[in-house]
Amino acid sequence: MSQRIPVTELENSFRGRASEALADSQLRTNFRTAMDSLMRKRADAFSDPDEREDLRELGNHIKARALSKLPDLLEQLETRLTKNGVKVHWAETTEEANQIVHGIIEAKKGSQVVKGKSMVSEEMEMNDYLAERHIECLESDMGEYIVQLDGEKPSHIIMPAIHKNRHQVARLFHDKLGVEETDDVNELIRIGRRTLRKKFMEADVGVSGVNFAIAETGTLLLVENEGNGRMSTTAPPVHVAVTGIEKVVENLRDVVPLVSLLTRSALGQPITTYVNLISGPRKPDELDGPEEVHLVLLDNGRTRAFADAQMRQTLNCIRCGACMNHCPVYTRVGGHTYGEVYPGPIGKIVTPHMVGLKQVPDHPSASSLCGACGEVCPVKIPIPELLQRLRQENVKSPKEHPKVKDGGAKYSRTERAVWRLWAGLNTSPTIYRLFLWGATRFGKLTPKNVGPWTQNHSAPVPARRSLHDLARDHLGSQGTKGGRS
Amino acid sequence: MSELFYDAAPNATRVAPERPKVRNYPDKPPEVTLFGTCVMDLFFPEAGLDAIRLLEREGIRVHFPQEQSCCGQPAWTSGYVKEAREVALAQLNLLDNGRPVVVPSGSCAGMFRQHYREVFADEPETLKRVEDLAERTFELTEFLLHVCQVQWQDLGEPTQIALHTSCSARREMNTHLHARQLLGKLEKVERLEHDHESECCGFGGTFSVRMPEVAGAMVQDKTRSLMDSGAVEMVTADGGCLMNINGSLEKQEVAFRGRHLASFLWERVSGEKAS
Repeated sequence: MSQRIPVTELENSFRGRASEALADSQLRTNFRTAMDSLMRKRADAFSDPDEREDLRELGNHIKARALSKLPDLLEQLETRLTKNGVKVHWAETTEEANQIVHGIIEAKKGSQVVKGKSMVSEEMEMNDYLAERHIECLESDMGEYIVQLDGEKPSHIIMPAIHKNRHQVARLFHDKLGVEETDDVNELIRIGRRTLRKKFMEADVGVSGVNFAIAETGTLLLVENEGNGRMSTTAPPVHVAVTGIEKVVENLRDVVPLVSLLTRSALGQPITTYVNLISGPRKPDELDGPEEVHLVLLDNGRTRAFADAQMRQTLNCIRCGACMNHCPVYTRVGGHTYGEVYPGPIGKIVTPHMVGLKQVPDHPSASSLCGACGEVCPVKIPIPELLQRLRQENVKSPKEHPKVKDGGAKYSRTERAVWRLWAGLNTSPTIYRLFLWGATRFGKLTPKNVGPWTQNHSAPVPARRSLHDLARDHLGSQGTKGGRS
Repeated sequence: MSELFYDAAPNATRVAPERPKVRNYPDKPPEVTLFGTCVMDLFFPEAGLDAIRLLEREGIRVHFPQEQSCCGQPAWTSGYVKEAREVALAQLNLLDNGRPVVVPSGSCAGMFRQHYREVFADEPETLKRVEDLAERTFELTEFLLHVCQVQWQDLGEPTQIALHTSCSARREMNTHLHARQLLGKLEKVERLEHDHESECCGFGGTFSVRMPEVAGAMVQDKTRSLMDSGAVEMVTADGGCLMNINGSLEKQEVAFRGRHLASFLWERVSGEKAS
């Protein structure tokens, strides 16, 4: 590559992190291999395109319906859950959510928490928050456990440790747990499980996420494959579920197609090994289950997205990860390059509402708009269209009142001026012809280095005669008129 | 949970089966307008001329309004709505005569058919004209296949080629299916699949200059899989991808090249060496 990015920019930009990831051949192989496999599994799970498209349409409709009455459904959910004995808490920010969770643990004088997989808890950076308050929060999902052990963040929303292959996991377990280094996947999982099994029994509080919160019945639905979700929500005396407000759906009937879409899109599974339906704490005549169940409903920018009819569609997301599995950018740079909790195409369209465009100014541009994400989204979020919208918000001047949080992050007078010139060129046939004349006549003078383009390409040399010229010669003057003539 | 860690090398070209979008096609018209696109205008003008010849061969009179420029896509995908709108409006006015419009590029055809609706979303009067343009805009391969219903005799030597389809052409226009069927009409042309065929080549308009590292990795993977396919050359119905892929191949100093599908088709059916 002929042009290197200055070192100062490297650390904090998408481009810089992407460059580092691209140079890591092991990382690229791990992602490519894993994403290929996930794409194949999804393809196999949806072998009938008509059935798939009908189901996606239904999924989109269910989510749109739920969002159209979101405030009512949330109220209904709270009423039902309360009736079922679940304590409902509302948090506008991640700070508030952490305070609530900490308060619950403190009230029980707890010091050990075991956690099932939850992306909302990643949003909250709950582990760090609790660690600062001397509470140990152990991840019980195998992938999450691996990244926690290595002091990392998840690189994928479904498969947090997907950036590592089994040799790397073997080395990690050897280094951190002092066990013998083994490449046997089953043995590695056994090692992890032995450690975790003890923790389930010792923990004071179990934390989990929620896949769907059902308003009609006051039920929290949680899908998982390892049983750690069931253990985390039933073994400790207190269960705290954390989730975003967009996870509420109207009734149990809605959940059937959504679960099918979720598990087939995510891992190509007809259904997950475990489907947990949690409807309250242990009743007096029951032998097990937690004594207390709490639900923390987090906003964190979601109502901001909700307020914008187009951006509201981001709240359709059921967090299956299919968009990242099919994304040619994500496949090459991996989840950590995005520098935020939610990577990939969905990350690019949900993160700005949470943290603002100033924090992720390059996310909207980090896409060729190839459309693979929108094509596979199980709830038909028009991801490319929303990226497009974010690009518009990103280049607005302050006077144009950007509607997305911290819009105008990429506003540049110079770039605006360039596009003004471009528009002038392309709206005036005279100037455009003059441009063609110059470009074809002096095309050979094109410099060898024309900025970023020549990092990957030879310099583009215009043809000696334009199509305008060739067509005029070929068709004669009769064939050259447009408009209403 | 064995899916936690992968190392087996996969055969990765399998994608989910598709359900083609249904479009009703009109009878073959006596006249059409060719919208040449700005990339073809400057970098692949011969391919534009070959498209004109293919249409004329079907007995259609082709118009090429000299006032045409760009569809507006570069500004649109960069977020500059006002600038995109001005350029789009100029083309809309120019093409506002009821004549079918044939575009030798899927992404520009997709701009007319899909995205002008978004560009002019707040202008009900203009939207009517946009809908009218969308209705009579055809990407070249779908026009030859479904409107002209071409019957061809293959006059070329036996050859093996790879087909690359732009993402917008694939997802907005079904161009990959149309191009495959057109190539299928040529007896002596064998189309070879390449690895990750449905994946983007990394052009994406301004994406390739805003994110040159990622775009570079994508085009390198694409060119490698095209060359590994065993094909003699690549054909594509999109000028943007062609510029991206050929520019990369040239930089890599390899002999393999791509060319526009129109030039390839013209050469096969006319028996002439393409211009």
